Amino acid sequence: MTTNAPRHIISLLMENEAGALSRVAGLFSARGYNIESLTVAATEDPTLSRMTIVTSGSEAVIEQIIKQLNKLIDVVKVLDLNDGKFIERELMLVKVKATGAFREEMKRMCDIFRGRIIDVADGSFTIELTGSGTKLDAFIESLDKAAILETVRTGASGIGRGDRILKV
Amino acid sequence: MADTPKNSSSKPLSSKPITGAEILIRCLHEENVEFVFGYPGGAVLHIYDAIYHQDKFKHILVRHEQAALHAADAYSRSTGKVGVALVTSGPGATNAITGIATAYMDSIPMVIISGQVPTYAIGEDAFQECDTVGITRPCVKHNFLVKDVKDIAATMKKAFYVAASGRPGPVLVDIPKDITADLCKFEYPESVSLRSYNPVTKGHLGQIKKALKLLAEAKRPMVYSGGGVVLGDASAHLIKLIQSMGIPITSTLMGLGGFPASDEKFLGMLGMHGTYEANMAMQECDVLLAVGARFDDRVIGNTKHFLSNPRTIIHIDIDPSSISKRVKIDVPIVGDVKSVLADMNELIETEKASNQFVQNTNALAAWFKQINAWRSKKCLDFAQSDEFIKPQYVIQKLHEVTKGEAFVTSDVGQHQMWAAQYYKFNDPRRWINSGGLGTMGVGLPYAMGVQFAHPNAQVACVTGEGSIQMNIQELSTCAQYHLPIKVIMLNNRYLGMVRQWQEFFYENRYSESYMDSLPDFVKLAEAYGHVGMQITKPSDVEGALKEAFDMKSRFVFLDFITDQKENVFPMIQNGKGLSEMILASDIGAEDL
Repeated sequence: MTTNAPRHIISLLMENEAGALSRVAGLFSARGYNIESLTVAATEDPTLSRMTIVTSGSEAVIEQIIKQLNKLIDVVKVLDLNDGKFIERELMLVKVKATGAFREEMKRMCDIFRGRIIDVADGSFTIELTGSGTKLDAFIESLDKAAILETVRTGASGIGRGDRILKV
Repeated sequence: MADTPKNSSSKPLSSKPITGAEILIRCLHEENVEFVFGYPGGAVLHIYDAIYHQDKFKHILVRHEQAALHAADAYSRSTGKVGVALVTSGPGATNAITGIATAYMDSIPMVIISGQVPTYAIGEDAFQECDTVGITRPCVKHNFLVKDVKDIAATMKKAFYVAASGRPGPVLVDIPKDITADLCKFEYPESVSLRSYNPVTKGHLGQIKKALKLLAEAKRPMVYSGGGVVLGDASAHLIKLIQSMGIPITSTLMGLGGFPASDEKFLGMLGMHGTYEANMAMQECDVLLAVGARFDDRVIGNTKHFLSNPRTIIHIDIDPSSISKRVKIDVPIVGDVKSVLADMNELIETEKASNQFVQNTNALAAWFKQINAWRSKKCLDFAQSDEFIKPQYVIQKLHEVTKGEAFVTSDVGQHQMWAAQYYKFNDPRRWINSGGLGTMGVGLPYAMGVQFAHPNAQVACVTGEGSIQMNIQELSTCAQYHLPIKVIMLNNRYLGMVRQWQEFFYENRYSESYMDSLPDFVKLAEAYGHVGMQITKPSDVEGALKEAFDMKSRFVFLDFITDQKENVFPMIQNGKGLSEMILASDIGAEDL
């Protein structure tokens, strides 16, 4: 699998049962598919979980991934978001150094990227930032590496635009 | 369980509460289970006590859990029914893994019940605890851990349904010991529906028409059938289709018997050790219809080489993920092979007047002329010897003596390939072997499962001295249940297939492929109360086989001392293409 293969966001609904997550994770590792990120949580219907998997691969590989996911007994529905228009969001928390002149600079960068400072300490800020993966990457890029104390990202969540609805 | 089967449709079968173990047994009764292959242990003691109190199914006590799985698997392969195995927690479950993975790779419907430590001890590294659901997850179609006695019946119903429907496969139900002692009323759901699992069985009619048209217009049409035809009980429909179209057909190892080998349109098995004519026709055809087969590496060899000849491929399969997995398919038809083939036959019938789906007879005649030219290579001919017993000769004689009607199980290796090549199977479910996982040691427990299912049938286990020793302990089970199996052991004192590869690709460095200190198999068989025979001369082969099969009520172990250096031909080397076969005649097998 090449790393520059097209990136796909796959959304799926699955039974909210013990072991369901490991069936999906196991499938990806057993068949050698890439996982860039995987997020999962229960939906408004507590019997269902919604999972967003960011992966990459050729059309043939993505087709196999979708088929293999559908084959899992616990998986109710699978959708390749890239088949249509969709919105992608990811949340990132970044703890940065904020001392002296840095303090003002960090505040400014945060504003430019429409982030929010959610925790303030003597020497640091914690910034909350939401957006597409590339936006979060851009924010990290724009910071002085030495200023970054810690980052944590949720991985992408995706949803179809307009009438594209993934529901049972 | 998110989708509990509707209560309205379930029938109350007991008014007073019974134990989880008793509920489990009642579920097996409801599913009309005839045999449970198993081995007791701590975590399943309640279940075994409940078995003691019933006589609707027979429990078969094996000598190792792996054999229980293989026997249940072969019971299923030879009958089409769901095989059932029962093992205890921890080592019972881990011993079963090879059997589960074997069934999974060949899509065999099975329900495996495993005991588990009590719910309150799970996760505490209790005695004989292992994460059975976790360990088996990659090699089952689905599995369940039952955490409440109230869920046993619904879970068992689901297990049988999932195992047998769609692309079949093994389903494991892990039941903690305390759950089997808890009390609950027994209600068995009559139906089951899962919102997340609805296999497509009916093929798309538009695609089916397109397929028939392509086949009719083809100059060099070809059918390639696989294990799906056998598992889907689609043999009769396939035969009808081939007869009405008059086109050539080949089969995978797993599909043998799905179409009669004696028919002139049958080109033999294809693949790594397939016939010259089957592999050449597969490579050269212009329209290929794949039925319940999956283009695996042992069948089409190098995909690049395979695709170097242009052809249109139609693929019928119950499992969408089998389609376009290794080879891009032009006309996919997702559905049950039996249903799709029936639709094809019906369309041909109804469109007779329109001549829409009629083959071009001139093109077909030219195609068969080419095929017959390939056939004239006589790729399965072998040099007979007066001195050494040729393994191929033993299989030929086995075919003659059993009139081609025996159930033949095999282990894995050279003997497996010879059995596949020289025992001409005319009926489905007669050829029982591990194709996908290639599990050495299946042969004897497979023969047990078949013999239980078909007590009056001739059952031959074709094996080698390597494979047989992987489950040799089952000679004891065969004695306990008086199974009149005939073991046909082709004893070449080598791990033959390993030796063959070492000869071809490692300059005769026979690293660890010679087996020293073999037991006296005749005495070993006799020690278990069986009949043992050793055959060393070619002239004795037929007589020994006749003598063995005449002992209708005895287990007979035939130790054929065969030519040590015989190889399996044709052969496609790893990574090579279908038309790049090595034939016995190319190499002069005698000189090797």
